[in-house]
Amino acid sequence: MYPADMEASVKKVEATREKRLKETLPRLQEAERQPLLEKYHPDYIKASMRELKVGPNKGDRTPLEIADILEGNSRIDPGKVDLSKADYDVDVLVIGCGGSGASAALLARENGAKVLIATKLRLGDANTVGAQAGTQAADRPQDSPAHHYMDTMGGGHFTNIPELVEALVKDAPSAIQWLEKLGVNWDKEPDGTMHELSGGGASRRRLHSARDYTGLEEMRVLRDEVRNRGINYLEFSPAIELIMDDRGQIAGAVLLNLETNELSIVRARAVIIATGGMGRLHIQNFPTTNHYGATADGLVLAYRVGAKLIFMDTMQYHPTGVAHPQQILGQLVTEKVRTLGAQLVNAEGEQFIMPLEPRDMVASAIIRECKERGKGITTPTGEQGVWLDSPMIDVLRGEGTVARELPAMVRQFGRYNINISKEPMLIYPTLHYQNGGIKIDASGATTVPGLFAAGEASGGVHGRNRLIGNSTLDLFVFGRRAGTAAANYVKSAKPGKPTLDRVRRWQAELEQAGLAKSRPITPLLLPNYARQPYDYLADYTKEMLSAGQVKPA
Amino acid sequence: MAETTRMVDVYVMGKHYAVPEGLTILTALEYCGYRMVRGCGCRAGFCGACATVYNFKNDPQLRFDLACQKTVEQDMYLTQIPFFPAAKTIYDLEELQANGDQVLKLYPDIIKCFGCNTCTKTCPQELEVMWYMSDALRGDIKEVANKSFDCVICGLCAARCPQGLVPYNVALLCRRLYGRYLAKPSKHLEERIKEIEAGKFDAELKGLKKASEKELRERYNKREIEPAL
Repeated sequence: MYPADMEASVKKVEATREKRLKETLPRLQEAERQPLLEKYHPDYIKASMRELKVGPNKGDRTPLEIADILEGNSRIDPGKVDLSKADYDVDVLVIGCGGSGASAALLARENGAKVLIATKLRLGDANTVGAQAGTQAADRPQDSPAHHYMDTMGGGHFTNIPELVEALVKDAPSAIQWLEKLGVNWDKEPDGTMHELSGGGASRRRLHSARDYTGLEEMRVLRDEVRNRGINYLEFSPAIELIMDDRGQIAGAVLLNLETNELSIVRARAVIIATGGMGRLHIQNFPTTNHYGATADGLVLAYRVGAKLIFMDTMQYHPTGVAHPQQILGQLVTEKVRTLGAQLVNAEGEQFIMPLEPRDMVASAIIRECKERGKGITTPTGEQGVWLDSPMIDVLRGEGTVARELPAMVRQFGRYNINISKEPMLIYPTLHYQNGGIKIDASGATTVPGLFAAGEASGGVHGRNRLIGNSTLDLFVFGRRAGTAAANYVKSAKPGKPTLDRVRRWQAELEQAGLAKSRPITPLLLPNYARQPYDYLADYTKEMLSAGQVKPA
Repeated sequence: MAETTRMVDVYVMGKHYAVPEGLTILTALEYCGYRMVRGCGCRAGFCGACATVYNFKNDPQLRFDLACQKTVEQDMYLTQIPFFPAAKTIYDLEELQANGDQVLKLYPDIIKCFGCNTCTKTCPQELEVMWYMSDALRGDIKEVANKSFDCVICGLCAARCPQGLVPYNVALLCRRLYGRYLAKPSKHLEERIKEIEAGKFDAELKGLKKASEKELRERYNKREIEPAL
């Protein structure tokens, strides 16, 4: 049940449903796309970004929130950290353990490397578990890797790095099979045929799903396999600095125990950054679908040792974040709702965009509908949104489809007495994904020797806009590639003497640019949602708090 | 927060706080000034990190939920549950057989289940945990996989089981056995992998990689789109 004033609009949605069932809006014409983005997409708000003043991407534009953390101060004083004794000595250190980190660790191990995983929260606490809709792979006879390539390039506005897209689409079917052999339960017909759905910007049905718990299913299995393989892992132990050697190669990392503030030193011949995205920076104050730890730590670590970033001026706003109820504001309503047939409808019960356009287009159209045309619906807490007409799904595909295909969504809305098989869902764009990241080649190698990256932390494969189902795919394809490449790299690596000179040089650079005092201490590690309305600390108390301390002043 | 917001009385580990109506247990704790390190993950009901126990001022009955999903109510007593390790058997999936004996061999303690149904009553996902445990005992791996599918591995069932069983790990084993051995392999997937390995698409992809942006745009706009239904 919706509040009474919203219920009036629900009635209009119901009244137009029968007519809309026969109505298919045309796809956007080439000439309509760019103007729609430029006028309404949050990336095009000029004041929301600025140029970086230091580091490998000096002069490039990125959102203010990201610019601040990339230009951040180190938590450590290199003079006080002793690198002569290592707490861990491994071939490959994997930082982060979502889908890409787990894949990388498994493949590095399989290729003979001694592996350590360091992760900020628990093993597997990552955006991967929240991925609902599916994983793309062109494996049906009517499909081909070339179609997948074309869709991915078009979705990314033809800016994607071709070699990365080629790797993505060619490895996709074997990634699906790898997961199946590890015991992932794909949605299938009894004869083994994959049950595949369409997605925004995809020209073929190629989404492999596990109900609407796809990422959870993938992560449950990978995490269990990491345990079965006996790979060592440290939880609540984020990396706060990378260690280089005197030959300019990666030599390990400094980890922080989040609960005790103790540091540990990891010596590693190769490091794989698999730290995911940045949603918890709340770019432009957007709510986010991202998990608690999504604070772009990996970007900060890599940037500080000289790794080049790419496409850092483009964020993905998922078109359908929850706009009501307030308790789950900004959380993900899977695109699968649209792939199953639900239309997007304004307060008057009218469609305004073909629901399976790429995400940046749909998000822009929703913002236009609310901000310019005044046809959004306002919630009791003042949020705006439009309807996602989920009851259409059962009409189109048969009674019970919503319950069978979308159990997570049914459960989530059911808690607030909204029955999504009978009532529409109110949605608005929400901060979802970092389209760019650390620049990699097709093996996952960054521009720094010995440093690899995979998954959302890396950039290039999706260009300026990622398609549905290509992110979980990216995790497995590039996680596996980075794990393999790192294991092979260490076989011929000639380690030098570890130093923290890079941190010294970075701090000097910040001082020189006059930034040090005005920038935060990064990586951020965790957002701070604790309400602290009291400011009674004396200035000397604030200054006395140790630099690595997680708890804020 | 508007000044007219109604406040709800809650007790965090016994201490009284007033928080605005409509917060979840997680955001209520943050409103009280707690900054989470443990007990917080996806904040969206998928990761199982924030499993929590609560009861009410005048009702000692313990209740269970995910802190990020459950809305606070008047006179709720809140707490964060501590971490404790759960039994997990290490195995090599490639060496297993998908039958009931295998499940019993890896988790022999499941015979100790005496059907108290506490696990089911505890599950924040409202899964039929006790029934899938009895399916596991009978060796019906497919049913365990089906009934346990929406498990977020929050650990509450294991925390409450008086016999010390770990239903979620038994279920995970069964799902993996089902996916690996009992679900029929997909012929079109195998076929496609062979085609890719044989280089069937290499020339076409090479052409696409070399194509100019203009050419790609034209092909993209003209591409044929398969109906969604």
